[in-house]
Amino acid sequence: MSTFWIVLTGALVASACSIVGCFLVLRKMAMIGDAISHAVLPGIVIAFLIGGSRDSLLMLLGAAAIGLLAVFLIQWFHQSGVPSDASIGVVFTALFAAGVVLVSMYTRDIDLDLDCVLYGEIAYVPWNTLQIAGVDIGPKAVWGVGLALLLSVVLIAAFYKQFKICSFDPAMAAAVGIPVALFHYLLMGLVSVSTVASFESVGAILVVGMLVVPPATAYLLTEKLGRMIVYSVLIGCASSVIGYFAASMLDASIAGSMISIAGGIFLIALLFSPSHGVVLRKIKQKQMVRQASIAE
Amino acid sequence: MSTALYIWLDPNVQWILFGSMLLGLSSGVIGSFAYLRKQSLMGDALSHAALPGVCIAFMLSGSKSIGLFLLGAAVAGVIATFGIGFITRNSRVKQDAALAIVLTVFFGIGIVLLTRIQHSGNGNQSGLDKFLFGQAASMMLSDVMIMAAISLVLVTVCSLLFKEFKLLSFDPGFARGIGYPVAFMDQLIMFLIVVAVVVGIQAVGVVLMSALLITPAVSARYWTEKLGMMVVLAGLFGALSGLIGTFISASGNNLPTGPLTVLVATAVFALSVAAAPRRGVISKLLLRASVRTQVRREQAEVSGERRNRAV
Repeated sequence: MSTFWIVLTGALVASACSIVGCFLVLRKMAMIGDAISHAVLPGIVIAFLIGGSRDSLLMLLGAAAIGLLAVFLIQWFHQSGVPSDASIGVVFTALFAAGVVLVSMYTRDIDLDLDCVLYGEIAYVPWNTLQIAGVDIGPKAVWGVGLALLLSVVLIAAFYKQFKICSFDPAMAAAVGIPVALFHYLLMGLVSVSTVASFESVGAILVVGMLVVPPATAYLLTEKLGRMIVYSVLIGCASSVIGYFAASMLDASIAGSMISIAGGIFLIALLFSPSHGVVLRKIKQKQMVRQASIAE
Repeated sequence: MSTALYIWLDPNVQWILFGSMLLGLSSGVIGSFAYLRKQSLMGDALSHAALPGVCIAFMLSGSKSIGLFLLGAAVAGVIATFGIGFITRNSRVKQDAALAIVLTVFFGIGIVLLTRIQHSGNGNQSGLDKFLFGQAASMMLSDVMIMAAISLVLVTVCSLLFKEFKLLSFDPGFARGIGYPVAFMDQLIMFLIVVAVVVGIQAVGVVLMSALLITPAVSARYWTEKLGMMVVLAGLFGALSGLIGTFISASGNNLPTGPLTVLVATAVFALSVAAAPRRGVISKLLLRASVRTQVRREQAEVSGERRNRAV
C-alpha cells in the first residue's frame, strides 16, 4: 500500500508541476520555481514561530504569502530595469538568507530542521495521514497536492485562451484587451500554490525539477501547446513511476531518482526527437549535402 | 567593545575576514560579467551541480579531503557548463530552462549518490552534506589561504582580460568578427564562475554562493553606466559584504556567516535601489516631481497667454 501512495504522490506532483511548468518554459521563467521554493523559507519559519507546530495550515499560508511577495518583488525590480534573471537571483537569495538567519536565531532548540523543510522526503508520505471523524482517508500530501492540481486544471482550462496568448504574445494580449498583469500574477499564484503544496512533503528539488524538465522535454516533441501540456504530464508521471522502482532497486533517494529519470528522458528527446533532435537533424543535414552534391 | 577589539586582534579571525573579503571581491568582479551576459543564475546552477562531483570524489577516494572535493566539484561544474551550452546551442530550449534542467538533474543525481553513500554504511561519510551548506567559522587556516590565493588569481585574470571580456559581454558578434576566440572565451568566463563557486561553497554554502555573484553586481549597476566603474564597485560591495557579514558572525552571537554576508549585500542593494543617482527610487521621484511642477508652470503660462490674447 505504501508503494501505491508514494507513486501516486509522485505522479500528482509531476502533473501539478508540469502543467504550470509548460507556461513557465514558454515565458522563459523556468528558474522562478527554484526561486519560490527557496524564498518561502522565512514564511515557513515565521508561521512556525507563531503557530508553534510543524504541520499546520498556517505554515502553508505563510509560505504562500512569502512566495507571492517574492514574485511581486521580482516583477517590480524587473520593471524598474533589472534583467529578470538577476532580479530573481537577488530576491530569492535575500529571502532565503533571512530564513536561515531566523532559523538559527530562534529555533536552535526546537524541532525545525533545515533539511526537513527544504528536502522533505517523499518516502515518509504514507505515514503522515489525514483523518476525518476518525476515518483514515489517505496521506495528507496526496490531498494537498491533489487540491493544488485540481486548482491549476480548473483555472487553466477556464482561461486557456488567455494564458496561451499571454505566453506567446503579451503585446497582442494587451492589445485585444486581456489583463496581462492579472494573468501573470494568476500564473505565478498557481506556481506558488503548486510549489508550496508539494515541496513540504516531497522536497524542493523534485518540485523544481518537475516544473521544468518534463515541459522542456515536451517542448522538443511538439509544436502545439495543448499537446505539450499532455506530453509533459505523461512524461512527468512516467518518470515518477520509473524513478520509484529505480530507487527501490538502488536503495537510494526516491525524489533524486525521479529527477534523474526525467533528466534521462530529456536527454533522449534532446538527441532523438523527430522534429528537433540533434542526431536526426545531423543525419538530415548530411542527406541534404549528399543530394546537393548528386544534383551537381 | 572589548570583544570586538579581541576579534580584530585574533590572527585566525583576521585570516577569515581577509578570506571572505577577497571572496566577496572576486565574486563581485566575475558576477558583473555574468550579469551583463544574462547569466546571473549560472552560479546557482553550478553550485547545485557540484554535488555529484563531491559525491563521486568521496566514493572514489573514500576520504574526506577538501582538495579532492574541490576538484570533483570543479569537474562537475565544467561538465554542467558544457551541458548548458550544448542544450542552448543545439535545441530550442532557452538558457533559463537549460539552467534549471542541469541544476535539478545534476542535484538529483547527486542526491541519489549521497543516499547510496549513506546507506552503504560507510561511517566516514558524516559531514559530506555540511560541506555543501558552508560554515566559514569552521574553516581551517589552510582553507582560507587557498581561498584567498584563488580569489587573487581570479581578480588578476579578470583585470588582465578586461578589454576582451568587455567586448564579449556587449557585442559577441563583433568580437567574433575581429577574430577573438569567442567560444573559448565564453568557456573561460564560465570556468572562472565555476572556480569562484567552488571556492565559495565552503564559506557560504550552495544557495547563498549565487547571491555573492549576483547581488553586488546588480547593486553596482545602479550607480554607474561605465563597465570599469561597475566592476570596481561590485568588487567593493562584495568585499564590504564579506567583511561585515563575517565580522557580525564572528562577534560571538553564533549566527551563520553565509546568510549574514548575503543579508549585508542585500542591504547594500536596497540602499542602491533607494538612493542611487538617476536610477534610484528617490531620485526618480524627485525628477518626476520637478517635471510635474515645470509642466504645471508652463501650462499656467500658456493658459495665461491665451487669456491675455483673448482679452
